[in-house]
Amino acid sequence: MDEVKKRKTASVHVRRAVAYAVLVFLTLLCLIWFYILIINATRSHSELSKGFTPIPSTHLIQNWVNLLHGTLPVFRGLANSLIVAGSNAVLCTYFSTMTAYAIHAYNFKLKKFMFTFILAVMMIPTQVTALGFIQLMTKMKLMDNLLPLILPSIAAPVTFFYMKQYMESVLPMSLIEAARMDGAGEFRTFNIIVVPLMKPAIAVQAIFTFVGSWNNYFTPALILHKDRVKTLPILIAQLRAADWLKFDMGQVYVMILFSILPVVIVYLFLSKYIVGGVTAGGVKE
Amino acid sequence: MKQKKSRVVRYNKWGYIFLIPFVAVYLIFQLTPLVSTIWNSFFENYRSGLKQIGPNFIGLANYAKILSSGELWRYAGNTMIMWIIGFVPQIFFSLLLAAWFTDPSLRLKGQRFFKTVIYLPNLIMASAFAMLFFTLFADSGPVNSILINLHLIAKPYKWMSHVASTRNLIGLMNFVMWFGNTTILLMAGMMGIDQSLYEAAEVDGATSTQIFFRITLPLLRPILVYVLITSLIGGLQMFDVPQILTNGTGDPMRSTLSMIMWLNKHLYSKNYGMGGALSVLLFIITAVLSIIVFKFTQERNS
Amino acid sequence: MKKRLLSIVLGVAMTTGLLAGCGSSSDGAATSTASLAAEAATSTVEETSTPAEADSVGEANPGDIDTGDGEGKVFNIQAWNEEFKSRIEDHLPGYQKVSATEGKIGDVTVKWTITPSDDNAYQNNLDTVLPENENASADDKVDLFLMEADYALKYVNSDVTMSVKDLGITDDQIADQYQYTKDIVTDSDGNLKGLSWQACSAGLIYNRDIAKEVLGSDDPETVQAAVKDWDSYNATAKKLKDAGYFITSSVNDSYRVYSNNVSGPWVQDNKVVIDPNIKKWVDDSKALVDAGETNTYELWSDDWNKGFFPEGKVFCYFGPAWLINFSMQADQEGSVANQGKWGLCEGPQGFYWGGSWIAAATGTDNPTLAKNIMLTMTTDKDVLKDIAVKDSDCVNSKTVLSDLANDSSFKNEILGGQNPYKQLAAGAEKVDMSNISDYDQGCNEEFQNAMKNYFDGNGSYEDALAQFKTAITEKYPDITMD
Repeated sequence: MDEVKKRKTASVHVRRAVAYAVLVFLTLLCLIWFYILIINATRSHSELSKGFTPIPSTHLIQNWVNLLHGTLPVFRGLANSLIVAGSNAVLCTYFSTMTAYAIHAYNFKLKKFMFTFILAVMMIPTQVTALGFIQLMTKMKLMDNLLPLILPSIAAPVTFFYMKQYMESVLPMSLIEAARMDGAGEFRTFNIIVVPLMKPAIAVQAIFTFVGSWNNYFTPALILHKDRVKTLPILIAQLRAADWLKFDMGQVYVMILFSILPVVIVYLFLSKYIVGGVTAGGVKE
Repeated sequence: MKQKKSRVVRYNKWGYIFLIPFVAVYLIFQLTPLVSTIWNSFFENYRSGLKQIGPNFIGLANYAKILSSGELWRYAGNTMIMWIIGFVPQIFFSLLLAAWFTDPSLRLKGQRFFKTVIYLPNLIMASAFAMLFFTLFADSGPVNSILINLHLIAKPYKWMSHVASTRNLIGLMNFVMWFGNTTILLMAGMMGIDQSLYEAAEVDGATSTQIFFRITLPLLRPILVYVLITSLIGGLQMFDVPQILTNGTGDPMRSTLSMIMWLNKHLYSKNYGMGGALSVLLFIITAVLSIIVFKFTQERNS
Repeated sequence: MKKRLLSIVLGVAMTTGLLAGCGSSSDGAATSTASLAAEAATSTVEETSTPAEADSVGEANPGDIDTGDGEGKVFNIQAWNEEFKSRIEDHLPGYQKVSATEGKIGDVTVKWTITPSDDNAYQNNLDTVLPENENASADDKVDLFLMEADYALKYVNSDVTMSVKDLGITDDQIADQYQYTKDIVTDSDGNLKGLSWQACSAGLIYNRDIAKEVLGSDDPETVQAAVKDWDSYNATAKKLKDAGYFITSSVNDSYRVYSNNVSGPWVQDNKVVIDPNIKKWVDDSKALVDAGETNTYELWSDDWNKGFFPEGKVFCYFGPAWLINFSMQADQEGSVANQGKWGLCEGPQGFYWGGSWIAAATGTDNPTLAKNIMLTMTTDKDVLKDIAVKDSDCVNSKTVLSDLANDSSFKNEILGGQNPYKQLAAGAEKVDMSNISDYDQGCNEEFQNAMKNYFDGNGSYEDALAQFKTAITEKYPDITMD
């Protein structure tokens, strides 16, 4: 018996060692990019052109000052990106949860059809519809407006699908029934009972939506042409397309670093709902 | 009895009410472009310079052209190969981490740190990521110098000039960017699993392998189905990584040209006809594959 | 073109010699600019600015340009970067900067719309806006827009651009400009539709130390003799290889030299034609690559840059003044440019690289101002000289360039004291762009992409050519093959 136990602890030790080794390797694989990015942001344009070195240089502040003294509306861009990505995250997760709840909790004639329909929508490549979308926005006089980048997120099939799957594993109908017995209205039940239960899923999808929208270049580049509405990825592209006299990779890297910081903060804030041991809301059957 | 039924009906109308925002937004912003996509696929409709050609109704000619050239299948093959190169390690490591993080006997320290770190690469936008990749894998870049210093290679390896290495780099970049994403999805799914199940299993003397396959996996099934389906769709729609890493060429010899990159090439001339037909075909391919995955997982469920 | 190339993500670690990103201020520029400025201070005759059209302008200053009575109050300019904006801000008499994207000329507000060229976004925007320009509301009408040579004909051969004649610009007024800069923006009926202030004629920029070692001398005549035509050039490549050097960093360096000297356009009678000189580029390049005398790097990649430093062992680059002044890392300790070890000769064939063209959009409600800005910025010799001195643009004026070429006091430190304008002014006369076509951007790009497969050994010439043809039918469905 002792023998078995000893062997078991020994094997746990081995497995733990393997686990740590893999985790450390993956961590390096994940962090090296930030390391290169930070190093490059500290180097001057001509130092950068000599190729990569692992040692930081001294031009971080200078690059940043140059960027601020340039003509790009950096903070305006930050504000626009925050508005777009923030509203995307909120609208997308809230309404996707609502849509998923509609399909999950109710029985109605078109239920199956709607579910299949939304899943089918998910499979349509967005590339071609993007150009039709631009034509439509021109007709609706929504060019140079942030709304075309915000409102469509209400209908997000991928997020809906996740919410639906998540509900299947954590949302027991008995809880809903109980709320109904207590006389809560359907809308109230959704907001007070369902949404809090979905917190981890909402946090995950809020991060994904926020990040996706934050880094989106394709559609914003077609819609936003005026400086007051431009988002950070467009400004970065603009910085990279600068003419010879102004072109400065040091500034590009500082700008990239600058535009990543807010997402990192948002992520660290939201991630506590996923990794920090916050329980799913005490659903135990 | 009668009263109960009417109450259920009363509740169920809320199903429609809760669907209103989605449907309304979808109809306004996405359906019109979508319908015009399908409509356009039956027309010759593109621009030569600024000159508009068409729209002229040509029936199924666009479809015939795509299907007869055989190119679509080549790019479908490329897409699947590159997807598998990235997806296999992605799902492997995601599940492995999921198993380790939930294994009570391992008691890994610093879980919070590791869980947080793995998603970070996804925060870097693909174009910036590609810049960093080029820095690392240049002929005179650090990867080559390390390999040379270790005497593994004699002269710099041209990463982007060989079919296998280019596909693998694309797979690697997809893996690094997305495995944290998958892991987080799985972890969020695991948040919903009752911890006491694990404790009980351990007391019963279950091995960690048993715990993983008997408890974690079955309870994660809905989320796993989600991961499989969305990864498959995301894979079939693979675009930005190969587009940026190969500068839109899909070289060497178009071996890394994905289906959406091919579609994108038709958009240069605003070729809504060919683009539309290609989109419809892509939709059909995606739907067929997704249904297969769905059926497969449903069946095993029951 | 230079900016487009830049915008593709590949430009990992690029090259400008300039430190600052704050405007095109004259100070802080590379050594050459400094010496140019010094030269200008001594040689420029004090003249008051007398722009071409300085007739009565209401209450504005006499030097200001006429904005046209009763014309639109908002002047919209579309561009993909800020180059032209900073030229206007620094050099257009009477322009007052209001903010980063706004300015004033008299009582007209100038609005700049900058759309970066990544993912073709700039052209996609023009394609949407320009055809609707006549119906747009007065304040939204595009008045001027900027174009690059590779796609200029797409807009020029369409009704969306106005011919300069219709604006009231006469041939005499632009007689001092180089012919090739007009060829690029002349439509199929012979109407000139745009103007440029730049003439980016280019030459072969060689490493003087390597020239001395391998060719015996580093003076431009000796080197020119060794690269005077492609046969000599290829023979020299072999000599360089034996001495341990690469002739160029990449096959793509010489591409535009060959492609600027074709005997016919890419597309003739709706068919793609591979010109003999383009085929020659393929054959020559393949031989060079196979012999290890050059490489297949993308322009602007880390690897391509290596030759800017002695350790890169690269003999020459092909390029214009801006490449020398801003891209070869003159301010970086240890670079060839920093030591003044580059030289310039004409090379095997004349060519140009870069430049931006200004065109007036059909439907503009400010034709007078559009005309006056175009004239002042591209023909006013004081403005052009000022641009040449402060921004190191190789300007589009035969007079100004020949003044600079004959100015013995002018020395470019990067070129070891050589005056590059001798070669550049002579080169600009030789460039012939009459064979440009609407399809150049796509054809040049796709051809180089496809041939890289052949050079790298991933396919035969026929395979690469087939891929090129496929790519062209995708981009231009109206073109047939063979």
